[in-house]
Amino acid sequence: MADQIQLRVNGKTVSVTAGTVVAAAVALAGLTRFRRSVRGEARGPLCGMGICMECRVTINGQTHARSCQTVCEEAMEVRTDE
Amino acid sequence: MNETRLRFEVVVVGAGPAGLAAACAAAENGCRTALLDDTPWLGGQIWRGQQAHPTHPQAARWVERFRRSKASLLDQCTVLGPGDQRTLLAERPDGPRQIEWERLILATGGRELFLPFPGWTLPGNFGPGGLQSLAKHGWPVAGKRIVLAGSGPLLLAVGSGLRKMGANIVSINEQAPLSRLISFATELLRWPDKLAQAARLKWTVRGTPFRCGVWPVAVEGGEQVRAVALSDGSRRWTEECDLLACGFGLAPNVELPLALGCQLDGGFVRVDPCQASSVAGVYAAGELTGIGGADAALVEGEIAGLAASGREGAARPLMARRAAWRRFGAALAAAFALREEVARLAAAETVVCRCEDVRFDRMKSFAGWRDAKLQTRCGMGSCQGRVCGAAAKVLFGWGMESVRPPVLPARVESLCPVRRDKVS
Repeated sequence: MADQIQLRVNGKTVSVTAGTVVAAAVALAGLTRFRRSVRGEARGPLCGMGICMECRVTINGQTHARSCQTVCEEAMEVRTDE
Repeated sequence: MNETRLRFEVVVVGAGPAGLAAACAAAENGCRTALLDDTPWLGGQIWRGQQAHPTHPQAARWVERFRRSKASLLDQCTVLGPGDQRTLLAERPDGPRQIEWERLILATGGRELFLPFPGWTLPGNFGPGGLQSLAKHGWPVAGKRIVLAGSGPLLLAVGSGLRKMGANIVSINEQAPLSRLISFATELLRWPDKLAQAARLKWTVRGTPFRCGVWPVAVEGGEQVRAVALSDGSRRWTEECDLLACGFGLAPNVELPLALGCQLDGGFVRVDPCQASSVAGVYAAGELTGIGGADAALVEGEIAGLAASGREGAARPLMARRAAWRRFGAALAAAFALREEVARLAAAETVVCRCEDVRFDRMKSFAGWRDAKLQTRCGMGSCQGRVCGAAAKVLFGWGMESVRPPVLPARVESLCPVRRDKVS
């Protein structure tokens, strides 16, 4: 049940329970800024349901992935601010 | 389900209550049925988390019924728009899909309505439903000070849910005046289960201020939310918090129906008594046809699923129940109608379009949504106007008349399936 998954967020190892979404792992890594807007403002998740695109991060090299809709997997590499 | 081109008699888009009911009804009546959802989960937003940790008997029953039906589930399947005749273009994590349908049931649900006010773009400001969804999937809320604001029954439900997860709910602020909520409570006597549910929820957040006739006017903080300023129209005060959960009700996800050519009526998909839209073979059910909640969605989904299976006769006995839940939806809409003040919270420099960073003063100088898009790029970013388009409707009275596919950002290979077929 409480299986732990290890992934890396901006190089930092984060341990989360199975079923955690990537957005939550980013928050658990202590980050609030997921991306910068076109004018450079800090942004983070708004809608939590895949609509607003504010939670976009890079997951295993794939840019613009919605972190609120993606479940954490072992050894995932997540980068914010790209 | 790894082939790129799939074919079904009935395709249902959206695995919330409406979609689950529609898929069950169609599959149980012998149609080869597929249920598509953007997420890895069944249950839609309202039953988020029920698949893994069922606490809601109704949700558990429907998920189980779906599992027993012979319908195929295509999860993590993002529908991008119509392809060639009676085909949907979609993508899954492992690549593109073209999904042929004979009858299509749209159950894409609703999203939260966000209205701009100074500071609303700071990280730490969520939709109430959004924060609850994230918290169910591991977002840390224990010990966090959270202010809830905006409008609708979701505020109380989310406040209660977050408190159970250990959050410190600072206050719950409903923009509707107390007088309207009192008359709504009186009407709820016709739906005793709902009244009992509201009373239970209120009890779980006892000790937390629940205010009516109060709305947020600004968020304070440098790079994240630190405090929220609230107003009751005569007084303004500030409450410190770590997170703000603010949403002004729900708006239907009409992008896919619009892309398919379905006609709208008052912003919702127009349907006949069998839930059929204006496009032949295309049905719509749930929040798409009017905000009514899970019970309305279930019965509409069931009617649509039966009608799409050629069993209109079996759908008729369900119509009285649908009418009752639609009355409930109308009572909700009247009780939580937005006051004028919340449409005037943005300052000149407040960003309205978060994708393209278009300010309020830039947008308001245009006559309509199309003009503003052409001149400012508002609504043309990643979310395709899902956030600012819905806001612009409230702020400026602009309607979104058309949608250009893809309705969500897509990989190029998902949009040119013909060439891919030739390659493979």
